Amino acid sequence: MTTATLAAYSLLAVYSGAAIYVLAFIAYVVDLSGRSREALAARPAVSSATTAEGSGAVVAPPAPPAAASAPARAGKAGRIAFALTVLGFAVHVLGVVLRGVAAARAPWANMFEFAITGVAVIVGVYLAVNIFRNVRYLGAYITGLAALLLMLSTLNVYIDVVPLPPALQSGWLVIHVFVAILGTGFFALGAGLSIAQLLQARREAGGAGSRLLAGFPASEALENTAYRVNVIGFAFWTFTLIAGAIWAEFAWGRYWGWDTKEVWTFIIWVVYAGYIHARATRGWRGAPSAWLSIVGFVAVLFNFTVVNLFFKGLHAYAGV
Amino acid sequence: MSPKKARTVGSGDPLRPSDHIDAPEAPAGADIAQPKLGVVGYLRFFWRQLTSMRTALVLLLLLALAAVPGSLVPQRSSDPNGVIQYERENPEAFQVLDALGVFSTFSSPWFSAIYLLLFVSLVGCILPRTKHHIDALRARPPKTPARLARLVGYTERTAGTDVETAVAEARRVLRGAGYRVERYGDSISAERGYLRETGNLVFHTSLVGVLVAVGIGGGYGYNGQRVVIEDTAFTNSLASYDSFNPGRFFTETALEPFSLRLDEFEGSYQLDPATGVYQPIDFTAHLSTREPGGEWTDADLKVNSPLEIGGTKVYLLSNGFAPVVTVRGADGEVAFSGPVAFIPQDNNLRSLGVIKVPDGLDDQLGLLGFFYPDPLQLTDGTYTSMSPYPGEGSLLTLTVYRGDLGLDDGVAVNAYSLDTDELTQIAGPNAELPALELTQGDTVELPDGLGTISFEGYKRFIGIEFHHDPTENWVLVFAITILGGLLVSLFVPRRRMWIKAAAAEGGVRLEYAGLARGEDPGLEAAVAELADKHTARLQTPNVG
Ligand code: HEM
Repeated sequence: MTTATLAAYSLLAVYSGAAIYVLAFIAYVVDLSGRSREALAARPAVSSATTAEGSGAVVAPPAPPAAASAPARAGKAGRIAFALTVLGFAVHVLGVVLRGVAAARAPWANMFEFAITGVAVIVGVYLAVNIFRNVRYLGAYITGLAALLLMLSTLNVYIDVVPLPPALQSGWLVIHVFVAILGTGFFALGAGLSIAQLLQARREAGGAGSRLLAGFPASEALENTAYRVNVIGFAFWTFTLIAGAIWAEFAWGRYWGWDTKEVWTFIIWVVYAGYIHARATRGWRGAPSAWLSIVGFVAVLFNFTVVNLFFKGLHAYAGV
Repeated sequence: MSPKKARTVGSGDPLRPSDHIDAPEAPAGADIAQPKLGVVGYLRFFWRQLTSMRTALVLLLLLALAAVPGSLVPQRSSDPNGVIQYERENPEAFQVLDALGVFSTFSSPWFSAIYLLLFVSLVGCILPRTKHHIDALRARPPKTPARLARLVGYTERTAGTDVETAVAEARRVLRGAGYRVERYGDSISAERGYLRETGNLVFHTSLVGVLVAVGIGGGYGYNGQRVVIEDTAFTNSLASYDSFNPGRFFTETALEPFSLRLDEFEGSYQLDPATGVYQPIDFTAHLSTREPGGEWTDADLKVNSPLEIGGTKVYLLSNGFAPVVTVRGADGEVAFSGPVAFIPQDNNLRSLGVIKVPDGLDDQLGLLGFFYPDPLQLTDGTYTSMSPYPGEGSLLTLTVYRGDLGLDDGVAVNAYSLDTDELTQIAGPNAELPALELTQGDTVELPDGLGTISFEGYKRFIGIEFHHDPTENWVLVFAITILGGLLVSLFVPRRRMWIKAAAAEGGVRLEYAGLARGEDPGLEAAVAELADKHTARLQTPNVG
C-alpha cells in the first residue's frame, strides 16, 4: 500500500473513532440521568467516613445523601457507553498506528499527528485509570472532549505525511513528545475530576447543582482522585521538561533558551507545582486547588493550540 | 541526645511550615495576642511569613504569571530580530513595553525579584526541615496509641499462640516489609517511608542546585557563531568569531585554541510531490579537527549530534553555497578572489549574497548576487531554483553597484547586507545594463570598463554554533535528582503500623491498625495484607 492510501485509511479510522465517541457520549449522558433518578429515589442512609489525616484522626463531614455511596454500579446504558468507549479507542488507535506506518516513524511529529495521538492517550488514560479506580462517571467528559478535539484537528490542522526535518530526527523526539502527551492525558482526567469536584462541592453546600451529579462521588473523594491523577501527570511533565532540555541541547546548542514553547512548558509546570502546594496549604485545599488544576489544563490546551498556531518560535513544527 | 530517647507522637513527623495542612493549627487569636514585637520579633515574623506555604504558593503562581509576557512578545535573548520588527510595527507600544522590560522578561527586575524571593523562601524552608529530618531519622517510632480502634484499617484477629511469639513474629513481618520497628509493651510500633521526606528535600534542594549551576554556567560560559567554508579552517580565538556572546565572568584565556576544517558537506533531500518542494532529510559535515598539540582527526557533524572539542560543543546550525568569484581590474590585476557565503532563501537553496570589492578598482564595487543551484527561468524573466542540487547549469546573477561601500567609517558593517545609499546601480533592474548572469567558468566584463568578473565554481559552507558551558553537567545531575526526589516523594507512602497482642482464651487476640502521613490511598489494603500475613505466619509456626 502506498503512503497516501495508508494515510487515507488512517484518517478514516480516526473519523470512525470520533463517531463512536459521540455515540458513547450520548450513552454516558443517558446513564448519568438514569442514575440520578435512581439515586434521588433511593436516598440511601447518611454515612460518615472517618479518615485519618494529619496528626490526628479527622472525621469528615457527612456527605450529602445522594452522593454518599460509591458511584452506583453501572446501569445498562453505562455498560454500553463504556464498551463503546473501548471500541472507539481501538478504532482510533488503529488510525494512529496506520498513520505511523504510513509515515514510517512515530506518529506525533506535527500538530495533526500530535492531536490524534494525544486524544488517544487521553482516552487511554481514562480507560487505564478505571482498572485501578472507578472513574466511569467521567465518561461523558472524556468522550465529549475526545470527539470535539478529534473533529477540530481533522478539520483544521490536517496535513499529509511529509518527511521529518533533520532537527526532528532524534530519539528524543519520540520520548519527549510522547511523555508530554502522557502527561496531558493525566492532566485532562485530573481537570475533569476537579470540575466535578467544584460542582459537587456546590451541591453539597446546599446550592444549586445538576441532578446529573447525583451519580458522582463526594467532592472530597473527587479531590483525592484528582490529586493522584494530576500528580502522575506532573511527574510525566517534569520528565518532559528535562527531556526537552536535553534534546534542545543536542539540536540547538543550549538546554534552555526561553523559546515560546519552553516558556509555556515552564508555566504549566509551575502552575501544577502551585497546585500541589495548594493541596498542602491551609485555606487552599478544596476549591482553590481545584481551580489551579483546571487552570493548569487550560494552559496545556492553550500551549497546544494557540501557542502552536500563532506564536513564533523554534518549535514551529505545527506544519500548517 | 540519645537516639533511643522516646519522643512524643508526631515529633518524628516532617517539619512543616505552620500553615501546612498537617501542621497543628494555632489557637484562634494567637496572632493578635502576641506580645509587642521588637526588631528581632519583626524580623522573625517576616521570616516566618516568607517561609510559609502560602508565600511559596503565591510566589509560584506569580512566577507562572510573570513568565507569560515573555511568550507574548519577542525576546532579545532568543529573537532579537523579532524585537526590532516589533519596534518598527508598533513604535508606541514598544516604548511602553520596553520601559517595563518585557522584551527581556527573564532578566527583568520583576521576574528576577520573584524567583529570588522564591528561592530565599525555599532555602528558609529546606534548612530547618533538613535538620529536623536528620533528627527524625534517628528517632524511634512513636508509642503505640492506647486505642487502635479509631485508626485506619483497624482489624482484629485471634491466633492459637502465645503473646511472646506473636510479638516476635510481628516484629519480623514488619521488619521484612521495610518498617523501622520498636517494641512497646506487648505491641510493635512501626513506621516506614522516611524516604518520602528525604525525596521531598532532595527535590527542593536540587531546585536550588539548578539555579546556582545555571547562574555559574551563564557567568563563565560563552557561545559564538562562525561560518566555515569548505577547505578553510577555524581556530578558536576571539578574532575568529562572526559573533560572540561571553558570560559576565568570561576571560579570553577560557578559549581552548582548537581548530577545525570543513572537508566536505553533504545534504540529502526528498521531493514532496504535493508542493514540489524538497524537504531536507539529512545534513552531514565531514570535518577535520585538532586539539592543541594533537593531530588532525576526522569527525562528522550532524544536526542533532554536536561534537565536543576541547570542552566546547560544536553544532551544525545552517548550510549553503559559497560561489567562488574572481574580480580583475581593467589592467588584469586581481582585486578580489575567493568563495563568498550566500544565504539560502528557500528549501531549494536559491541563495542571496553580497560581494564587496573595496580596493584594486577605479571605484569601490558592490555586487548583490543570487545563486540558483538548479535554475529555471520564469515567464517574467526572473529565475528560481527547482532543486537544491547544483550542477553544470548552476547560475549566478549579479546586480552591480559602484560608489562608496561605507567601509571606511570605522563602524561595524554586516557582511551579508549592502548599504546602497552611497552607491549607484550600474547593472541590474534599475540600470541601463541588465544584471550579469554567469554559469561556472564564465568571465564577463564589468560595466563602465571597470574590469572583469569570473565565476569559478562553488563551495559549500556551514554555519557553526560554538557553545561552552562549564556547569552543564551539573545542571543535568540536578535535573535528574529533581526527578528522582520527586518520584520518591510523591509515590513512596509514609505510614505507621501497629500490631498489638493480648492473651485471650485459647491463644492471643491481635489488633492491627495504620496511620497515613500525607496522601496514602493504599493504607487500608496494606493493613489488611499485614494482618493476613502475620496471622498466616502464626498458624504455620516458623523455626528460628
Ligand atoms: C522553586 C519553587 C518550588 C517548587 C517548584 C516546588 C515544588 C514542589 C513540588 C513539586 C512538591 C511535591 C513533591 C514533593 O513533595 O517533593 C512540593 C512539595 C512541598 N513543598 Fe515545594 N516547591 C517550591 C518551593 C517551596 C517552598 C519555598 C516551600 C516552603 C515554604 C516548599 C514547601 C513544600 C512542602 C512542605 C511540600 C510538601 C507538601 C506535602 O506535604 O504534600 N516548597 N513542592
